[in-house]
Amino acid sequence: MTMLQGFQIALHALRLNPLRSFLTMLGIVIGVASIVTVFAIGSGAQLRLQEQIRSIGANVLMITPGAVYQGGVRLKDGSKLTMTEGDVQAILEQIPEIQAAAGSLAGTAQVIHEGKNWNTTINGTTTGHFMVRDWQLASGRYFSGAEESGAGKVVILGSTVARELFAPGDDPIGAQIRIMKVPLEVVGVLDRKGPAQDDVAFVPLSTAKLRFLGSASNINRDSVAYIIAKVAADGQMAGARAEIEGLLRQRHRIPAGQEDDFKVQDPAAAMEAQQGAIRTVALLLVAIASVSLLVGGISIMNVMIVSVTERTREIGIRRALGGRMRDIRLQFLCEALVLCLLGGAIGVAGGITLSMTVARMAGWVTSIDSEAIGLALAFSIVTGLIFGFYPAHKASRLSPIEALKTE
Amino acid sequence: MTDQSPLISLRSVSRTYRTDGIAVTAVRNVSFDIAQGEIVAVMGPSGSGKSTLMNMIGLLDLPSEGAVHLEGADVAGLSEDRRSSLRARSIGFVFQSYNLLARHNAIENVALPLVYCGVGRKARLARAEACLQSVGMLHRAHHFPRQLSGGEQQRVAIARALIASPLIVLADEPTGALDSRTGAEILALFAALNRTGQTIVMITHDPSIATQCRRTIRLHDGELVSDERVAELVPRRSAVS
Ligand SMILES: Nc1ncnc2c1ncn2[C@@H]1O[C@H](COP(=O)(O)OP(=O)(O)OP(=O)(O)O)[C@@H](O)[C@H]1O
Ligand SMILES: [Mg+2]
Repeated sequence: MTMLQGFQIALHALRLNPLRSFLTMLGIVIGVASIVTVFAIGSGAQLRLQEQIRSIGANVLMITPGAVYQGGVRLKDGSKLTMTEGDVQAILEQIPEIQAAAGSLAGTAQVIHEGKNWNTTINGTTTGHFMVRDWQLASGRYFSGAEESGAGKVVILGSTVARELFAPGDDPIGAQIRIMKVPLEVVGVLDRKGPAQDDVAFVPLSTAKLRFLGSASNINRDSVAYIIAKVAADGQMAGARAEIEGLLRQRHRIPAGQEDDFKVQDPAAAMEAQQGAIRTVALLLVAIASVSLLVGGISIMNVMIVSVTERTREIGIRRALGGRMRDIRLQFLCEALVLCLLGGAIGVAGGITLSMTVARMAGWVTSIDSEAIGLALAFSIVTGLIFGFYPAHKASRLSPIEALKTE
Repeated sequence: MTDQSPLISLRSVSRTYRTDGIAVTAVRNVSFDIAQGEIVAVMGPSGSGKSTLMNMIGLLDLPSEGAVHLEGADVAGLSEDRRSSLRARSIGFVFQSYNLLARHNAIENVALPLVYCGVGRKARLARAEACLQSVGMLHRAHHFPRQLSGGEQQRVAIARALIASPLIVLADEPTGALDSRTGAEILALFAALNRTGQTIVMITHDPSIATQCRRTIRLHDGELVSDERVAELVPRRSAVS
């Protein structure tokens, strides 16, 4: 008997009881589906992080507000904007390792162009922001000095916003768009940097303060929400960081022993650490999913043992008609394999569907790679072989005479 | 196959079963030959060892003592796999309870032994069709065993026994589960087969069936008590329809 005939017999036997066959392979289906999904979500999260790391740019430090004390009560980090444009200026002028720096204020708003409407992040900043992030223009120009100091009604669009507001043939440069009823002229469109980065519109910092946040009372005229700064070389990161901390403590008049009201972070390093954590969690989840594969294998073995008992007479007949022991073994092994492979295939399809659903519903990035699918299928084949072998071996060892006597 | 050496030859064959230290000798010191083209009835009371003897002739079992020769070769010297292959090609079993695979239709059942002879699907089905035709069951080729009467199932089973053109057909009470009329039809089928030269060994309890065979072997308590041949001139009450 050939392998092919073994598979034909197996398929015939499994088709006779589709519900039972499906329930038997359910454990494998669930196991493989979870492995594929976990892989997809895990590698999606990694890709997203890598993209973020890339988009921040190399050797970038980020300074955000820290804890503040008001009447002896410690307020949450970031509850007060503690940095100013003066801080940006001081960092740029007094720390030689810093090549570029920019402060930002950000919020979300509707952006409108001729009946097209898009909700996006509005970032008020200076041209230095693009220098820090090595962010090139696809067309147009950056802000001019006059626009930066004089609250110019100009805007630079991220590629997503440009795509959403303008038809493919339209040149956005020179067009008028409106943000919170303020008409602005598009002066530049940025290069693509990644889906999470490109959904943004930049205006001069002075424009953001004067025209969008003007009435907000809790904002100091001079405040910025965060500062990004570019360090000249990789080896200077730690030194530059210490210098910024010293400078800002001095400028903010923080006495020795009191907590800083700002935080200096290396976002790329933090994200790399996060990436390691994601990998660990993903591996843990895969390990858990593998347990359900194991359970699935045991369930197949269980059903196969029952099936061998039920079909003892069939085995006796096949042996009497000339089936060799190895033919019987092959027949039942093929059955277990078909169950596992079919379960694996359904599981892969289910896993792909599930991770695409997760991607859509939760807005996570998922990435299905063929390696994970191959691994899951290989797992199910191995499971079939391991858990199918014992029942198949048992079937092949039955004495044909005894087997023929059973009912 | 040479004309001198018999098809099957049993030499002082004994078969002893040992369960829990108790030894039961089902077949004791039996010797006889079966030549090509014979039709032999095996008779004896229940428990006299007929089925045990048949299993040894059919290579399903080996003697505890003595030797079974198939075409001059001692079957004890053959490997388990080799004996299985010989069963596929050289032995055709017919059982009292038909033993068709319930989940396969008639033609697939008939074709089954050829799976173990390495014959491809198309050729298998073509030969199965011819065999079904020869037992008059072609019109039921795609029926499942449960859709067939006992007599019809036994015809299908006989077609299955014949499909690999075996050296010998071994039938263990093939009419035991059938009424006398249907039994007679099945018997007629065997008789017709034998006239074409097919060697047949048939276990039966029915003396009237035995008289239609030219040779009758009687067992008692595992021992051979008589081996009679009926002269050719005695007319057979054949029931050929
Ligand atoms: N596997 C076995 N283990 C122990 N004893 C056995 C076994 N098989 C058969 N026997 C014994 O061997 C003897 C002969 O059995 P066998 O089946 O050959 O009889 P039989 O002539 O075919 O009977 P029947 O006409 O009822 O079918 C019986 O006494 C039976 O109990
Ligand atoms: Mg018997």
